[in-house]
Amino acid sequence: MIRYLLKRVASGIALLCLVSTVTFMMVFGATGNVARNILGENATAEQVTALNSRLGLDRPLMVQFGDWVSHAIRGDLGPSWTMSESVASALASRLPVTLSMVTIAVAMMALLSAMLGIAAAVRGGWADRAIQIVSVAGFAMPNFWLGLLLVLTFSVQLGWLPATGYVSFGASPSAWAASLVLPVTALVLSGIASASQQIRGAVIDALKQDYVRTLRARGVSPRSVLYRHALRNAMPAALTVLSVQFIALLGGAAVIERVFAIPGMGSLTVSAALIGDVPVLMGVVVTLIIVVVLVNILIDFLNAWANPKVRMS
Amino acid sequence: MSDINTAQAPIPAASQRRHFVRSVLSNPTGLVASLALLVVIASAIFAPLLAPNDPSAVQIFKVNAVAGDGYLLGGDGSGRDIWSRLVHGGRNTFLGALITVVIAASIGVTAGLFAGFYGRKLDLVARWISDGIMALPALIVLLAFYQALGASIYLSMAVFGVMLSPGFFRLTRNLVNGVKHELYIDAARVSGLSDLRIITRHILLSVRAPVVIQTSIVAGIAIVVQSGLEFLGLGDPSTPTWGGMLQDAFSNIYVSPQAILWPGLAITATVASLVLLANAIRDRMQQGGVQVRAPKVLPLAASQPLPQAAPDVLLDVRDLVVAYPANDGWREVVKGVSLSLRRGEVLGLVGESGSGKSQTAFAILGLLSPGGRVVSGSILFDGIDLGKSSQDEVRALRGKRIAYVPQEPMANLDPAFRIGYQLVEPMMTVLGISRAEATRRALKLLARVKLPDPERVFRAYPHQISGGMAQRVLIAGAVACSPDLLIADEPTTALDVTVQAEVLDLLRDLQKEFNMAVMLVTHNFGVVADSCDRVAVMKDGRIVEINSVADLFAAPAHDYTRMLLDSVLEDGKTRTYRPPMTEEMRA
Amino acid sequence: MNDQILVDCRNVNVHFGAHHVLKHVNLTIRPGETVGLVGESGSGKTTLGRAILGIGPVSSGEIWFDGENIAGVPPRARKGQAAIQAVFQDPYSSLNPSMTIDDILTEPIVARRLASRADASRQVRKLLDQVALPSDAAERFAREFSGGQRQRIAIARALALSPRLIVCDEPVSALDLSTQSRVMDLFIEIQERTGVAYLFVSHDLAAVRHISHRVAVMRFGEIVEFGECDQVTARPAHDYTKRLLLAAPVADPARQAERRAAFRALAMTA
Repeated sequence: MIRYLLKRVASGIALLCLVSTVTFMMVFGATGNVARNILGENATAEQVTALNSRLGLDRPLMVQFGDWVSHAIRGDLGPSWTMSESVASALASRLPVTLSMVTIAVAMMALLSAMLGIAAAVRGGWADRAIQIVSVAGFAMPNFWLGLLLVLTFSVQLGWLPATGYVSFGASPSAWAASLVLPVTALVLSGIASASQQIRGAVIDALKQDYVRTLRARGVSPRSVLYRHALRNAMPAALTVLSVQFIALLGGAAVIERVFAIPGMGSLTVSAALIGDVPVLMGVVVTLIIVVVLVNILIDFLNAWANPKVRMS
Repeated sequence: MSDINTAQAPIPAASQRRHFVRSVLSNPTGLVASLALLVVIASAIFAPLLAPNDPSAVQIFKVNAVAGDGYLLGGDGSGRDIWSRLVHGGRNTFLGALITVVIAASIGVTAGLFAGFYGRKLDLVARWISDGIMALPALIVLLAFYQALGASIYLSMAVFGVMLSPGFFRLTRNLVNGVKHELYIDAARVSGLSDLRIITRHILLSVRAPVVIQTSIVAGIAIVVQSGLEFLGLGDPSTPTWGGMLQDAFSNIYVSPQAILWPGLAITATVASLVLLANAIRDRMQQGGVQVRAPKVLPLAASQPLPQAAPDVLLDVRDLVVAYPANDGWREVVKGVSLSLRRGEVLGLVGESGSGKSQTAFAILGLLSPGGRVVSGSILFDGIDLGKSSQDEVRALRGKRIAYVPQEPMANLDPAFRIGYQLVEPMMTVLGISRAEATRRALKLLARVKLPDPERVFRAYPHQISGGMAQRVLIAGAVACSPDLLIADEPTTALDVTVQAEVLDLLRDLQKEFNMAVMLVTHNFGVVADSCDRVAVMKDGRIVEINSVADLFAAPAHDYTRMLLDSVLEDGKTRTYRPPMTEEMRA
Repeated sequence: MNDQILVDCRNVNVHFGAHHVLKHVNLTIRPGETVGLVGESGSGKTTLGRAILGIGPVSSGEIWFDGENIAGVPPRARKGQAAIQAVFQDPYSSLNPSMTIDDILTEPIVARRLASRADASRQVRKLLDQVALPSDAAERFAREFSGGQRQRIAIARALALSPRLIVCDEPVSALDLSTQSRVMDLFIEIQERTGVAYLFVSHDLAAVRHISHRVAVMRFGEIVEFGECDQVTARPAHDYTKRLLLAAPVADPARQAERRAAFRALAMTA
């Protein structure tokens, strides 16, 4: 079990190194227009050259890489090219915003899709049809469009909730909650589709197993058969879905943050991408991979709890 | 020869393939989805004909204009025709989705086929890469690569195709893993076919349909993500795109809120059609071509006077009919079975596959598979009419007075729980005893079924014990509450012959010890001769003969019984070896 | 080469990781002979069959067939490429569900360019006739046939390349009783007509006795007894064979009671 987890950690670190290298080559290898982008159309050729040399872009790629790695190891991820702070400090203020939004969304999605999935698996009928419709709709509507519709309805038309902006939890918990209602709803609705479908399938599979008949033949109550036995066996599949959804939501948050003007990782990435603040992009990718690796290890832990075969090996 | 004539009417292969497409279309969802998709794709192709205006032409006085006056859906924030931009926007959307799908599928399916087929190192490496790619939030990576890829959305969509290839890879790999141990692959190898031919002929065939479904889903994802990128401003601003239109509408949301609707609806309708089409194909595959829906009107159970049973009769089954829903009403699998079982008696229920013997047993247990129903007849257990009892009343009998031993021991233990728990939980529920008491009894039972080291087995998980041990555990669980009736469904079929003999011994000893009535469902006349007092022979859902064991073997009354007994391979003369004639000798 | 011997396994060993699943196995099969191979699950009997077929590993030892050591050589690389064929246990998974019977049976013939597609189809019709299936069976899919019929199709596939040995791995275990005996009779009839040899792998001593000339008994990867069929299946020398024989219940209450008593007595002494 410990060895299994250590292996996952090692594999996570290997992934981190590989992805940062590939990403570095991609983004630093294409910095030809960055200086002009930052300086604007009217900059002179001398100004562009000066900026290129100030940013170190005139050095060989490997030297730049070594430089970046040394910053990464020190933990500041280098200076941002467009903001007057280090990448690490820019990320530090943004990451909690995105993570809190995505975590709340995943938790709600887990709860709702478990309820929907179980209802559909056990009852069939209307619950099954409802989940089908929600699934198709949730999958087909881009989450940012859903976000726009929510803004249109609840902010522009009804005026119930703030259309945009973000209030930190420290400043006002209630305003914080209000500012997250719409973005979280948009995220949850778009992810719930595949999650509830998969949970439905996993529960149906578990209930089809022979041991369910044997447990029932021994007089075990239907409630225990469903909630204790079937659900425990459906757990690995459900956890896998949630981990996939978590990653998808991290990406989805980028667009949603744009719609709701939330100062998170997503909006930082978008502006950095448009202007070409390459160190920030590197920082975002590296940070998110670390988050994903940690979440996957957590999921592995939970999986091992649900599945003795994994735990024992 | 019955095994020659049971097949249905022949259906030529080519017409089956056509039949598949037709039956997907005959499903209303499949039809509507296909039509909608056709309309959207056609309107993108014929956009120049459908669009009354140049999608990029600006008319200043029509900025954020309402619908009408040459602009079917109004004007956008720059005064361009929303309708014309909408139909033109489909073009780049479909091209982008096509690029993503082709790249994702060709990388994923190829890698999946080879990694799945050859396994080992190749599989390990491919899986690591695939897991790695899946750990990346795709949209963030595409944003990060934006400077490198430039404003061309198609390059981004190509990279996105690479990022979605793990979906195809995992699907294909799992499918290949599922079929590569199928015996027909071995048979193909044995006949000397090359790996490449086996992969392309045999394996590709079986992954075809799921890959089509996945393609449809991935196309949907690609459309959504592409519009997201364009919405963020990553596309080419000179081309009309659905995402770009949404970006424009977003900046004018207070002035012209309705402009938000059209591009979003176009995306949603297109993606929904793709998903619904995928669902229709999946449904079609799962049903294997038959639309099974439970008939609305249930055949009514005939109300019968309560039959009078002899005092020592424990179980009395009369005219039992069990049916499952089929495409043309109900299909009866048990067609009027009557039998009775006295206390302490062992009754064998024999028959070939499909004779209805297991269904009879499950009906008595009240545990028919989903959809199955006792359509008519009565089941009296110790004077209680199970058909007229509530679910809870029947459940109260199960485990306590009626017990069950299944066929596949390993599949009948919950892999996620310790064996001890699986014995203790039912005892606590059924007998209402404390955990400590239930644990004490469970350990005693495990010792009783002759398991070495009961404490270890009690703490073990099912995957840690052998099939023979698992069957002893299940028998211990069945007799835990000293039942009056034990229903054993092929309890030794999955076991090795020496283990089978030991388990039969154990069952016989326990039967005497608890004076249980036992219904032993089996196909093996040896097991019947070994363990039963009486035998009922079933064929096609009916009992053709009930007899004492001695009489049945000595003088079978029914032709079918005689035929079955004649099929038992008995210790006759063995064959004598003669070398075959060589070609010359033949000539 | 001794032309009285078709297959000669000499000191064959197979390891799966740390498990030694076949231990120094020696076995011969003569032309036109059926050798029964009996054992319980995990005894290694299937592993030996797969080694001979060339679809399973061989760690050491030799398997001589027709003057060629075929141990560890995949079917494609063998000199007599199709001389050894197979009929497997599960009639459901041994036929590709998405191919017609005609596709399945002509494939090996066409793939090795032994005949044109049309000629192959004609041959297939003859083969189907030999295994007592209607010739219109060729256009249908496997799922339209019962277990016994599918096993007949599998036999036809094995016969398509005129093999000299067919490895039959539990070919009747998945079939109903009445079907079993008919398929066994078909095996015997084909052997008498074509002179093909069988390695008949089964856990069922009665089935093995019915068809075999000689019988080998395997346990834990070793052959514990190998001899004339009647001797091994009626008067076994080895204790394990005795146990195996007595453990299988016979369809006769009086004789079974004796057997059971004898089995218990043997278990006591063991």
